[in-house]
Amino acid sequence: MRRGAVMALLIIVCFILQSTVFQALSLAGISPNLLLIVTTSLGFLRGEKEGMAAGFFCGLLCDVFFGSLFGFYALLYTFLGYGSGLFHMMFYDEDIKMPMIWMALSELVYGLSVYFFMFLLRSRFDFGFYLTNIILPELVYTVVVTLVMYRLIRSLNRMLERWEEPPSEYSALSGRPGGMDKQTEDFE
Amino acid sequence: MPSRYIFAALALLCVAMMFISYTTGFAGETLGRISGYIFVPFEQGINAVGGWAREKADSLEDLADAQARSEELQAQVDELTLENSRLTQNQYRLEELEELYELDETYSEYNKVAANIIASDAGNWFNTFVIDKGASDGIAEDMNVIAGSGLVGIVTKVGDNWAQVRSIIDDMSNVSAQVLSTSDLCFVKGDLQLMETGLIQLSQLRDPEGEASIGDTIVTSYVSDKYHAGILIGYINELTLDSNNLTRSGTLTPAVDFEHLHSVLVITDLKQTIEEE
Repeated sequence: MRRGAVMALLIIVCFILQSTVFQALSLAGISPNLLLIVTTSLGFLRGEKEGMAAGFFCGLLCDVFFGSLFGFYALLYTFLGYGSGLFHMMFYDEDIKMPMIWMALSELVYGLSVYFFMFLLRSRFDFGFYLTNIILPELVYTVVVTLVMYRLIRSLNRMLERWEEPPSEYSALSGRPGGMDKQTEDFE
Repeated sequence: MPSRYIFAALALLCVAMMFISYTTGFAGETLGRISGYIFVPFEQGINAVGGWAREKADSLEDLADAQARSEELQAQVDELTLENSRLTQNQYRLEELEELYELDETYSEYNKVAANIIASDAGNWFNTFVIDKGASDGIAEDMNVIAGSGLVGIVTKVGDNWAQVRSIIDDMSNVSAQVLSTSDLCFVKGDLQLMETGLIQLSQLRDPEGEASIGDTIVTSYVSDKYHAGILIGYINELTLDSNNLTRSGTLTPAVDFEHLHSVLVITDLKQTIEEE
């Protein structure tokens, strides 16, 4: 419950920052996608379910305030949260390289989906332009911001984990509470 | 419950929402109303801080007094430019229509509500923004939004204390327009590809004789069912004959500086159209 509230607050703050401060800080008209960072990071750190929940919430916010087809962003972010959640157990969360690579991939999927559904279907065929002017710059900017944001979200996550339960022997080694692990779930 | 079932359920829900949104125009109004109360105060706060910082920066450049006066004069210039374009159009129309029938249509002064832009589109693909006035201030969907003397866009979604505006430079925007001097109709479309150059697309100008020329004023047309007629959009920047040899297209420079837009005026009169049976 407390975790849910903190995560909702995190998403709300990111949404407000992204639509105000980061639009003013945009480089060459491009601003980073904070909501995608939150969705993907939570998917990584906490697994598919929380990734999906975060993604759905982020997407819904975009739909309510900026969407034209209600539900489009919700679907897209839910998918990306789910996708990154699948990689939950495949690496140590200490490592920043994997999240960055996965973030770049998520951004690519995000950019390509928006291009395909919102632009290509309205016969905007100049894919090269959109790739080099929108998708790639946003990808690079977002990955750079991930360097900072991912660490913040990770330490927030650890703080919440310490709140929730005292560290067991297993989680003291891996940095994760044992009960939440997908692998241990599978063994049971 | 395995997460892939939850994912499938959520995906299905989203697709259903998209379908409903597409067929009935549902846009999460209730959600929007509730979330408006959560977000708008913060956004207004950040906007106020931003505005304060901007003002500080401005006052470094010149005296506050001169600034106030210039703002006042600018408002007057805007007002007059708007009125002028309206009057010029009136004149052209008058010449044309006087012989045909008695013209009883007048461009009365529009009622306007001033609003601040408090948030811009979260992504990089579209150019919509959120203003701090909503249904409780009398804003409704399809109201025209202007800034200074030029057209900014149209209200596309309304919450209690916020409204979403689609600007004319947005890739999905399409405005029916006309050349002021010749009354030839055309379409003004936003285009993401032209965004960086600060231009917008002008297309299907029915002008086989080539009367319109570069620098001509483009205003909203009288045939548009959402935009009031005669609002200044911009000036022709480039025109070429289409391959069909009948229409022309090109680009135009909008009258509004979209890069430095902070506050807008919403025309609270909706364009009167004949109800379809």
